[in-house]
Amino acid sequence: MVLSMTALHRSTAGRWLVWSCLFFGSLIPLGWITWEAVQQRLGADPAQVIVTFLGIWALRYLWITLSVTPARRLLGFGWLQRYRRMLGLYALFYASLHLLAVATFILGWRPDLLLRELTERPYIIVGFTAWLLLIPLGITSTRGWQRRLGKRWKTLHWLVYPISLLVLLHFAWLIRAGYLEVLIYALVLAFLLGYRLYLKWR
Amino acid sequence: MLIRKAPDIRPSEITPESIYRQRRQFIKGLAAGSALLMSGQASALARYELDDEQVRYPGPDWLQQKLRAATRADGLSTDEKLTPYEHVTGYNNFYEFGLGKDDPRARAQNLKTDPWSVEISGEVHKPGTYQLEDILKGVDLEERIYRLRCVEAWSMVIPWVGFPLAELLKRFEPKGNARYVAFTTLHDPEQMPGQRSRFGTIDWPYVEGLRMDEAMHPLTLLAVGVYGDALPPQNGAPLRLVVPWKYGFKSIKSIVRIHLTEQMPPTSWNRTAPQEYGFYANVNPAVDHPRWSQSTERRLPSSLFSPNIIDTQPFNGYGEQVAQLYSGMDLRKWY
Repeated sequence: MVLSMTALHRSTAGRWLVWSCLFFGSLIPLGWITWEAVQQRLGADPAQVIVTFLGIWALRYLWITLSVTPARRLLGFGWLQRYRRMLGLYALFYASLHLLAVATFILGWRPDLLLRELTERPYIIVGFTAWLLLIPLGITSTRGWQRRLGKRWKTLHWLVYPISLLVLLHFAWLIRAGYLEVLIYALVLAFLLGYRLYLKWR
Repeated sequence: MLIRKAPDIRPSEITPESIYRQRRQFIKGLAAGSALLMSGQASALARYELDDEQVRYPGPDWLQQKLRAATRADGLSTDEKLTPYEHVTGYNNFYEFGLGKDDPRARAQNLKTDPWSVEISGEVHKPGTYQLEDILKGVDLEERIYRLRCVEAWSMVIPWVGFPLAELLKRFEPKGNARYVAFTTLHDPEQMPGQRSRFGTIDWPYVEGLRMDEAMHPLTLLAVGVYGDALPPQNGAPLRLVVPWKYGFKSIKSIVRIHLTEQMPPTSWNRTAPQEYGFYANVNPAVDHPRWSQSTERRLPSSLFSPNIIDTQPFNGYGEQVAQLYSGMDLRKWY
């Protein structure tokens, strides 16, 4: 698998194939939830279902993006590196849709409610902050910006670690009962961040 | 189906004539339009037309006749648009069957709800364990269309079928020192997969409670049906509480024990997160949940591009009937 993926990337057609799979594959969650919503299969409260779904996919893409380095170093998935930007941008993409869905489907763009949620609700403030911090990372993810920022690019993109912790906090804060799901994501994140600490301090 | 009755209880023991008369008087009191409660006029139950795809719950034979004989208490019912049957029976918080809103419908269908016995205990003159069928003997069911406001800031309008809790309590003759009523849900991890989870935050069984005057209030209902049929298991079959001016979690489902006590009983959500859920849990737009606002609610089903956002009313719109129960109380403190 590893070998063949590496081999696949030697040809333009191969690279194009993998890129398409990842790019279009990442749109499947969005396609699925849209289809379910159109078919009216999301139950009494489709708004909540959609919001939760988009939020969890934003979180997953962030975690996936953070897995690229460990996957490369531990599993030899060197080819994955070139898609890290795309995966990170998908995290921003789903986070933005998540936010849009909250504003449209839950709050109906009512200014009083938007203001109330953004100023009074700690878990929303935390989630919104994470999204705000993701934006500069998205903008500066291009090669041009990488070159322009030079060393500072790395410093800026180090922000992804605190962002991931904010996202986890945002998620955990919403739980009413049952911590299993959030615990699993927390353990995965602990490994992803812990591995970096290990690389740094070993 | 053979229904075995507890051999030591005759129906006449459950409903002595004096109590029966009391109950009649109580209903008359309602019908006479006790200043509190509008007209109280009853009308025949609407027949609900459902899609063929909808699963219906006719209930055990002995309940069916009673359901058919039920009349609607117009004076106690709202005329707001009903939340469709599909959503009332498919969108439930019943953590005994899982944390997802569709888990209860998916996982509760094998819950054995007949025969069902309820223990009446504590400060009553007639404690004992009674079959639900016997408890319902001599009880006339009525339909009440109530708003249900969940603490999660969504709401529904639901046609329940049941009878006043006061009627049941009076029958078992509370003692003078009974100040609270405690309720317990069935605890049966074999049947209730949610009770087997190790990562939940609720200590099973689920428990709830009311102050005596809340329990005796004419709006407080023990439901055995919804939409003209028996209660589906996911809605708390075969016997659940409905307290329309409180957040939904107060309306405990699948009740196996009703205990009268002098002390304020523990309640499940209060034990889980005391700073978020109080004993009273009256619907109150002025007191936010620490994590989200309670000033508005989304009436379900909510359409995507024009979310059905409405202002939450104090006591869920039942303030005229119940606000006096809390006069002099600081509702910020006693949330």
